[in-house]
Amino acid sequence: MTQGAAVSAGDTAWVLTSSALVLLMTVGLAFFYGGLVRTKNALNTMMMSVVALGVIGVQWVLVGYSIAFGHGNAWFGGFAWLGFRGVGIEPDPAYAATIPLQAHAMFQGMFAIITPALISGAIVERMRFRAYVAFLVLWATLIYDPLAHWVWGAGGWLQQRGALDFAGGTVVHISAGVSALVAAWMLGARKDFRRVPLAPHSVPLVLLGAGLLWFGWFGFNAGSALAANGLAALAFVNTNNGAAAALVTWALLDLIRTGKITAVGAATGLVVGLVGITPAAGYVSTLAALAIGALSACVSYTAIQIRSRTRLDDALDVFSCHGLAGTAGALLTGVFASKLINPAGADGLLAGNAAQVAVQLLAVTATVAFAAIGTAVILKLVQATLGARAGVRTEMTGLDLSEHGEEAYFGGGALGGNVVVQEIPVE
Amino acid sequence: MKLITTIVRPERLPEVKEALFRAGITGITLSRVSGHGGEHEVLEQYRGTAVVMEFHEKVKIEMVCSEPFVEPCIKAILSSARTGEVGDGKIFVQPIEKVVRIRTGEVDNAALTAVNAQEVQQAAIKAAGMGGAA
Repeated sequence: MTQGAAVSAGDTAWVLTSSALVLLMTVGLAFFYGGLVRTKNALNTMMMSVVALGVIGVQWVLVGYSIAFGHGNAWFGGFAWLGFRGVGIEPDPAYAATIPLQAHAMFQGMFAIITPALISGAIVERMRFRAYVAFLVLWATLIYDPLAHWVWGAGGWLQQRGALDFAGGTVVHISAGVSALVAAWMLGARKDFRRVPLAPHSVPLVLLGAGLLWFGWFGFNAGSALAANGLAALAFVNTNNGAAAALVTWALLDLIRTGKITAVGAATGLVVGLVGITPAAGYVSTLAALAIGALSACVSYTAIQIRSRTRLDDALDVFSCHGLAGTAGALLTGVFASKLINPAGADGLLAGNAAQVAVQLLAVTATVAFAAIGTAVILKLVQATLGARAGVRTEMTGLDLSEHGEEAYFGGGALGGNVVVQEIPVE
Repeated sequence: MKLITTIVRPERLPEVKEALFRAGITGITLSRVSGHGGEHEVLEQYRGTAVVMEFHEKVKIEMVCSEPFVEPCIKAILSSARTGEVGDGKIFVQPIEKVVRIRTGEVDNAALTAVNAQEVQQAAIKAAGMGGAA
């Protein structure tokens, strides 16, 4: 067992735990998004996240991990690791020298699952479920997997340019946010958009989901150290700082604008802070993390106010919360990064290296362009083959019934008279 | 006999119920209703969306009283449901032609008095007295 000697028990335990934490984020996302939509679409919206646990879970093992992390070229990981062939329990020093490659693969798989699910918030209450699932698989394979290779894969071209992205500001949040914007625009607004009040059906579910996201995000960011070490602790602390500072900032902005601190605002604010700190978590100081959280909240808050005055039906503001807060975080990483904090990172603008901001901008631009064009092509294809948009009538009665044949809150009411048992023949 | 329909604030319902019980009106029917009156509209904010709640939540109480109970009933509602702010509600009084108790077939006044009316009224008066002493 000479190979086994290189594996660290502590590192492996932390990465496996973090994988489970990130898995819980997708469930949290289901609650977060589910609470924000209307009763008649609650299940459909939650299923848009839950189904990713299944289909991307399978896609990742069959092709995803190979494309993203195979030792291919600068652009593409190749097909050597299809079906996890060659992905064993020995470490791969290109990624982490002290944990089994399978642990790395599962940890990254959880990222691949939640990223396309994030997009769903922009197109809720109006997309056919089968078309959504097709979109999910194509997007993960053609957009996420190559992008992850560019930034994190062995020899990825953005990594070689020195772009800093600790836990996925560009790969996860900017890519999902930009794709959400394109998808919302291509799919068109809900039929009753701006005609009836589109208010959250359950704010407690939103808070539950936001809490689970915060909890899981410790695995997302601190787990990205891929070891149980000081860097993981730094990322853990910064993650909390970003979320807390953004929650406070959002509450203050709410207070100034409307005179009240809202619960949906607190939930949104903390998520935005977590998005903003994601690329920076392992590269910046504690106070810089607070600043990144606060600034990300300002960017998203302003963007949501502007978006709500337009005809763009990015229903749950995925672009504002993930696209823009992710961009703010990625650029601010170039401002606040310091080798005094993480010698393996880089110095940013405040440490005298203005060029890092330019590198970050390159990574953001490349991600935006690739995600936007790729999403447009994939969605066109899905529209042409399966038809993406639900009909007007199903949209009015809700997608829970039309797509799933279920209701989130079943019950005939006090009278209970409108439900009968369908005859089931006895064998 | 009169049908008395009153629309009151949901938060005043416990007081209204106690006052009615003390006055001996123990047979009442409740519904949750919403409606529009003179009150200001409530504004709710969800991220960038502002929602105006045009209709206010109210409770509707319906009861049929024999003539001697009509005035005490109105007095009980006025004393318990009033806050002085716009939106305290209304009381409507209409004549009733006939009442039949389904269990016994009794009609009109005989059908109106709940079998345990006295018991409920005494308990309500006692509870109010204890509340006042505390």
